Amino acid sequence: MKRFVRLFVELDRTTRTTEKVAALERYFAAVPPADAAWATSVLMGRRVKRAAGTGQLREWVAEASGTPLWLVEESYDAVGDLAETLALLLPPPGPDAPPPPPLHRVMEDWILPLPELDDEATREVVETAWRHLDETERLVFHKLLTGGFRVGVGKKLVTRALAAHAGMDPAVLAHRLTGPWSPDPDTFRTLVDPDADLPDAGRPYPFLLAHPLQLDPLEPEGARELGPVSDWIVEWKWDGIRAQLIRRDEEVLLWSRGEEVVTPAFPEIEEAARLLPPGTVLDGELLAVGDDRPLPFAELQRRLGRKRVGPKILRDVPVKLLAWDLLEDGGRDARALPQAERRGALEALFRNLPERGIPLALSREVDAPDWEALARLREGARDRGVEGFMLKRRDAPYGAGRERGTWWKWKVDPLTLDAVLMYAQRGHGRRASLYTDYTFGVWDGDDLVPVGKAYSGLTDKEIRETDRWIRRHIVEKFGPVRSVEPGLVFELAFDSIRRSSRHRSGVALRFPRMARRRPDKAPAEADTLARVRALLPPAEGHGPAGPGDG
Amino acid sequence: MPSPPPTIRPTDLVVPDAGGLFVPAADLWIDPRRPVPRALVTHGHADHARSGSEHYLAAASGAEILRLRLGREISLQTLEFGEVLQVGDARISLHPAGHVLGSAQVRIEVGGDVTVVTGDYKRQPDPSAEPFELVPCRTLVSECTFGLPVYRWPDPSGVMEEVLRWWEENREAGRTSILCGYAFGKAQRLLASLTPLLGDDPPAPILVHGAVERLLPPYRQAGIHFPPTDKAGVEEARAHKGRALVIAPPSAAGTPWTRKFGPVSVGFASGWMRVRGMRRRRAGDRGFVLSDHVDWDGLMDTVEETGAERVLLTHGAATAAVRFLREERGLAAVELPREDR
Repeated sequence: MKRFVRLFVELDRTTRTTEKVAALERYFAAVPPADAAWATSVLMGRRVKRAAGTGQLREWVAEASGTPLWLVEESYDAVGDLAETLALLLPPPGPDAPPPPPLHRVMEDWILPLPELDDEATREVVETAWRHLDETERLVFHKLLTGGFRVGVGKKLVTRALAAHAGMDPAVLAHRLTGPWSPDPDTFRTLVDPDADLPDAGRPYPFLLAHPLQLDPLEPEGARELGPVSDWIVEWKWDGIRAQLIRRDEEVLLWSRGEEVVTPAFPEIEEAARLLPPGTVLDGELLAVGDDRPLPFAELQRRLGRKRVGPKILRDVPVKLLAWDLLEDGGRDARALPQAERRGALEALFRNLPERGIPLALSREVDAPDWEALARLREGARDRGVEGFMLKRRDAPYGAGRERGTWWKWKVDPLTLDAVLMYAQRGHGRRASLYTDYTFGVWDGDDLVPVGKAYSGLTDKEIRETDRWIRRHIVEKFGPVRSVEPGLVFELAFDSIRRSSRHRSGVALRFPRMARRRPDKAPAEADTLARVRALLPPAEGHGPAGPGDG
Repeated sequence: MPSPPPTIRPTDLVVPDAGGLFVPAADLWIDPRRPVPRALVTHGHADHARSGSEHYLAAASGAEILRLRLGREISLQTLEFGEVLQVGDARISLHPAGHVLGSAQVRIEVGGDVTVVTGDYKRQPDPSAEPFELVPCRTLVSECTFGLPVYRWPDPSGVMEEVLRWWEENREAGRTSILCGYAFGKAQRLLASLTPLLGDDPPAPILVHGAVERLLPPYRQAGIHFPPTDKAGVEEARAHKGRALVIAPPSAAGTPWTRKFGPVSVGFASGWMRVRGMRRRRAGDRGFVLSDHVDWDGLMDTVEETGAERVLLTHGAATAAVRFLREERGLAAVELPREDR
């Protein structure tokens, strides 16, 4: 544990990637496989079953430190990180505190058994741990306990460091570390053994992620960078859930981008996948489609996370996997082939499937002779219920992670509205103790009604200035939320707008963010609810074309 | 004049008003925010000592610094710590606050009733300031910059050892160590704390920013010992970069000024460094938890040990501390109006 906490501190102290990777490499070189396995697992963001509720933890810390519960909350509000707040509040361990056990013992002896224990026994374990740990060690322990371990390193950095340590190709290691593996020393030794021959029955490939296109292809610089439109495969970009469908031997597995198996939530896709030849892996987007038009993303979320889906929800929220890439063909890894060749093989595969009546569809190419024509088509994207285009370079292999220049998402220009700051809440992490999380409203007669929350889009300087303004204009406190006088107007940008019965305004914005501050506008000049509702897409029945008609 | 909040009583010896903390019996203001006829200044920091008042009263050991900051020509009367001055109906004396050199608490006695205004204070050891003196009173007006229980200061000697280790690591990596702390107070505390650890023979040169250097003479006059230092000029930087420890004000961090030192590691010494989020936002490489203000435990101890029945809290997040004193300690506690209102 001591060595792991030192790693945590080293990672926390730097923002430089090279230093982070170096710290990780030093760590992997210093610890036995039993610890390295667990460190890899938690640093990659894999969660263990939640061991203790944060509510219980707060109460136990309150008692142990003689702090009233409300003061624990106030402290949390100022610190912005619960694990840290609780560590700062606890009285320091005694001078003869026993040394902390190694990481794998902390995980296996203390944390893993907790879900099986009752409250009293859980508390006993947690208090035993506190006696062994100093302040920073407690912070790390609390993070392990509550299952949210984020320290500014992701899968990619951990994989890079571990691959360097093990003398392996990072791509091979990334594949091996995708999907479930047991963090025990034997498994770990095999994972990082360059010569090991691993069966990969159900394991997905690392997802290739697209970058937002910053360039404008209609401008000379963008045109130069991107080349002719014929270098690209262009598809509509749908708002669904990225997924990988694996059909190997007798097995069918559907993986989400979060590397979770979601097969049980989509039985119709599992069934249809059996029509695919064994040794096939598809990459694509899961969509909810009613009568051949896309349903709101929220509908799709109703399907997720379910262990079983009943006939009603199967009927209410029909889904489709829109396939756009073929990663494994006839049992062979096809990722090194150029995009165009993979596309050809994918089309051939679909020619052997029934055209209708199955929840698998091919993502069609959008034909356009030049960027101008494509840009014109893009203007109609919102009416089609899509977010814009995906651009995929025809000659590029399927890379891993966020490789630049291979896949671009060219989204439609966002919608905007001018809204008034209504509520503010303090942020977390680097923004702890500053008011950075805002709720905005528009006018409905003389009242402001909230239309959306936004956290991003301001510079650090703008955040500090807004924070200062908020502190001077607080009207009321509701827990951590502060209502403020209507005084600041912001231009909000958002990708789309939907009807919503869960919001007082009757609308929900998708991906709202702050485009800019509008100090030139008085609050009374902000938009009205009527104008916001006018942005809603046409009502049911006159909907856009569905994903199958692209 | 706005009427005071209902929880402040007319019989109070100090009354907050638009000018600051007014002492009616002595007709003077403590650390006034605007020019007044008579100003009692607890210490020389800019949010406490402002220019423009007709007459100033301050502790003798802080006088030189006050003149440096407000000008030689101010009308200044000084008091030794413990010396009593009758002003109107009030007996006024100053007592060390331990915040910085010459920082004072104000004891006000009128007809047997005693109020103490702490000014900024701390209860931890600091070789560059007179140690805090506990002054019993019925009413305590205390600062509350760090009014949450997450703010508990570690032992300063341990923090200084961390500083030395950081400096050593930086020397090994060929980086200049830039340690940031307020130019008046924190910077001198850092230097004076290094004296017993390094003696007259630091492992590499210690350079000081101009804003810090200006304030070293009054400390030397007061008998505070510093390790040998040099100014952080272009030549010194060229000669000692990669090895030197540079003491600088926080405003110097991230400015072109630091470029002459080559690769650097920037550390901040402040109570705020107790919280990770603040450390990361500071964009420094290291945070050292070293504060010249009282921490939560120190505040609670002071309230208890002075025997105060009423506690008025000012500066910072006083709301939580006020509620805590009322509900958990059963004391009459009040938050004084914030400065920016």
